[in-house]
Amino acid sequence: MDLASAKMIGAGLACIALVGAGVGIGNVFSALISAVARNPAAQPQVQPFAFLGFALAEATGLFGLAIAFLILFVF
Amino acid sequence: MALELHPLEQFKVETLVPLHIGNLDISYTNASLLMTIAVVLITALMILPTRRASLVPGRWQSVAEMGYEFVADMVETNAGHGAEAYFPFVFSLFMFVLLSNFLGLIPYSYTVTSQIIVTFALAAVVFVGVTIVGIAKHGTHFLRLFVPEGVPVLLLVLLVPIELLSYFIRPFTLSIRLFANMLAGHTMLAIFGGFAASVGFLAIFPVALDVAIMALEVLVAALQAYVFAILTCLYLRDALHLH
Repeated sequence: MDLASAKMIGAGLACIALVGAGVGIGNVFSALISAVARNPAAQPQVQPFAFLGFALAEATGLFGLAIAFLILFVF
Repeated sequence: MALELHPLEQFKVETLVPLHIGNLDISYTNASLLMTIAVVLITALMILPTRRASLVPGRWQSVAEMGYEFVADMVETNAGHGAEAYFPFVFSLFMFVLLSNFLGLIPYSYTVTSQIIVTFALAAVVFVGVTIVGIAKHGTHFLRLFVPEGVPVLLLVLLVPIELLSYFIRPFTLSIRLFANMLAGHTMLAIFGGFAASVGFLAIFPVALDVAIMALEVLVAALQAYVFAILTCLYLRDALHLH
């Protein structure tokens, strides 16, 4: 296998990190929905945390994407 | 690949005014231009409407007041007592990241925060500053931060290295989080723009998708500035109150 195809495969593998981000974001918002459904009055208190959790979960997936870009365009 | 895609071209730093001191290249680039614009806009937003401040705020004065109150509230709830002194730092950090992200969303402008060196410089300032604050306030007692309380000694052997690692990895996660979000978002916009340019009348679908992604990117731009500022507050609380 030559280097170019190995790079392509490596970049594709690095994108598997997005699975975790998808699970994480889904988890964050499902927890938000069930929390607000149980106690609608708590929405202003829990919503900022949900968005913080969303941003943090999304970022972990993007770390993988950054690795994919590094493999493709830097090395 | 048949498509002519250059999704990463938008991140190229172009020299506008070449400047050299010895071997040092300090040229004024498009990135510097956007940073200058961001700083000028923030300064204008904060100074002009409040120069003749009125009790009932006008449109621009209420924008300035909203920004101020938002960050003041964030510092108060997240950084705890004694953190009021660091409000100006968190505020300028938040406004700079927010304005850089938003200015980058304007088509054909430049996203400063998509450069790892910019975000890493910001994160390194936060990290070094917070560590200095902690050491100045607590002296050698600051090292308690790495030793969780009420933990058996045997477990400490495992926990202290983990705490140390998670402390020293902070500037990297803080900077890569912002940088990767901006990079991924703008690359995605450019990729779908490239699709639109190459599929003829079917271009309406990628363009519609681009509009949706743009909406997401506006959310992400605000959210990442918020996350950057709130994590700075949390690090400050760690340094000021040691858990």
